[in-house]
Amino acid sequence: MNSNISAGVKYRIGKSGFFKGAIIFFSFLCALPLFAILIYIAKEGITKINWAFFVNVPAPVGEAGGGIANALVGSLIIVAVAAIIAIPIGIMGGIYLSENRNSRLASWARFSVDIMQGTPSIVIGIVIYFWVVKPMGQLTNGNYTFTALSGSIALAMMMLPIVVRSTEETLKLLPPTLKEAGLALGLPYHKVILKIILPCGISGVLSGVILSVARIAGETAPLLFTAFGNSYFTTNIMKPMQSLPLLIFNYATSPYEDWHDLAWGASLILLVWVLLLNIITKIATRRWKVQL
Amino acid sequence: MVKSSNDKSLYGQIRMEKVFKRTLIGIAIFLIVLTVGFFITLVQQSMPSIKALGFSFLFGKIWDPVSDIYGAYPFLLGTLLTSFLALAISIPFSFSIAIFLGEYAPKGWLSEILKNIVELIAAVPSVIYGFWGLFVLVPIVRSFETSIGVLPYGIGIFTSSLILAIMIIPYAASLGREMIRMVPSSLKEGAYSLGATRFEVIKTVILPYTKSGLFAGVLLSLGRALAETMAVTMVIGNSSAIPTSIFAPGNTMASVIANEFTEAASTVYLSSLIELGLFLFVVTVIINLIGKTIIKRFTNE
Repeated sequence: MNSNISAGVKYRIGKSGFFKGAIIFFSFLCALPLFAILIYIAKEGITKINWAFFVNVPAPVGEAGGGIANALVGSLIIVAVAAIIAIPIGIMGGIYLSENRNSRLASWARFSVDIMQGTPSIVIGIVIYFWVVKPMGQLTNGNYTFTALSGSIALAMMMLPIVVRSTEETLKLLPPTLKEAGLALGLPYHKVILKIILPCGISGVLSGVILSVARIAGETAPLLFTAFGNSYFTTNIMKPMQSLPLLIFNYATSPYEDWHDLAWGASLILLVWVLLLNIITKIATRRWKVQL
Repeated sequence: MVKSSNDKSLYGQIRMEKVFKRTLIGIAIFLIVLTVGFFITLVQQSMPSIKALGFSFLFGKIWDPVSDIYGAYPFLLGTLLTSFLALAISIPFSFSIAIFLGEYAPKGWLSEILKNIVELIAAVPSVIYGFWGLFVLVPIVRSFETSIGVLPYGIGIFTSSLILAIMIIPYAASLGREMIRMVPSSLKEGAYSLGATRFEVIKTVILPYTKSGLFAGVLLSLGRALAETMAVTMVIGNSSAIPTSIFAPGNTMASVIANEFTEAASTVYLSSLIELGLFLFVVTVIINLIGKTIIKRFTNE
């Protein structure tokens, strides 16, 4: 009798242990493809990278010594302009949402931001094509159609919801006494917000901003119909411009070995860049965390 | 004299305050206008195709721009197949991670490592997944297809699903973790005090308690899978025929837009691509909103 019970208990404990083992196995199995990708990109990429790789533009097929300078500079410019557009609007939007939690306008704005966050990136590309690329082409008689600027606007549309939500979430957590103390001292509203509330929440706001930059830095789909890509070097934001993800997509799907090599190198650079941004986000969150 | 200049700066401050408040309101309105404008633009631009093709568009089985025939059925099927296959592959992994991080090891170095792995999976750009898939996964799938005796394309629905499955793991995993952490410890302790094993606690307390939250995580993953463009475009094979099996090449709504948008010459061609975009937009937005509503309800309880 007694031994019977303990056998049942043993079975249940064994089942529990087996389940735990399965959970751990499946959890860490995910690391396999990730490391396979990271190692493969590192291995393929590192051999393609040299000084010429950074300073040259892609060479014509069959010629050695091409580089990706146009995509590197293009990516930096496109992402920087997108950030300049999206950060102020995003932070102000976040401030409005955290300050007006229950107004009807705020709930509609919050709903809009939710929709924006769920919008497929390729659809953003389509819409910006009709908002910016096409009208600009018609206005200038086709002188400016695909431009880096339109690519930046498309990427800004992707950044915006992330910045708004992270700003809102951060500022919501700050105690209302902070704001009240400022107002009680006779500070005008905008100074209370810009000089007290925002600096207190800077770690959350900043990590949201960097995270959103990390996300758009690897985006390709919204750039297909906007920045378009360019095999020459340009810093003019009114011209089509190459970016790292665009270059990887175009060259990876091309039939030429030389171009694949460029794409591998570019992949490694892009990966390092995106991972660095993620690490910086973590450090920023830790370092500027406000102790309340 | 001093007083009046003080007054002036005071008025200046009050004016600034008003300007600031109006700017904030303006930006809130701008956000709404932007979203509404998105929808309007998509509807407006897909009007020519809606008028010309009507409902036959969604169920038309042939997509042949050369002879001006546009049927979206192959892409609908391709999108559904890749997304749900990817979801089915990824769920065991993402739920395992959620249970491990939420229940077995909420703290400690092992969970720290796993958390970083999950974040890394989410951080890798999709074009890199596509590139890797094209050069590493495709040959593997090809030899697998040879060994089971189907046409060895390599590229196709199955390969895209594999890549997608990896990419969407973090969404359901991190949300599931949050949900599992919110299970009140009194409930779990009650079950333990009745003599339940850990597995029984997870099965009878944690999973039933968090099922709506886990479902929301799956929905967000699905939304992500439906909308994913680049990685899928690179490995799905871009064939506009109806896929005959899960190993056949196909196209998703997003990948056909990415491939053909800049080449679309005729008005109906272009606008039928935009109609695909509109459809994709509406579906993903609805899925995301349902997911978010469930999460909100769950966290407020």
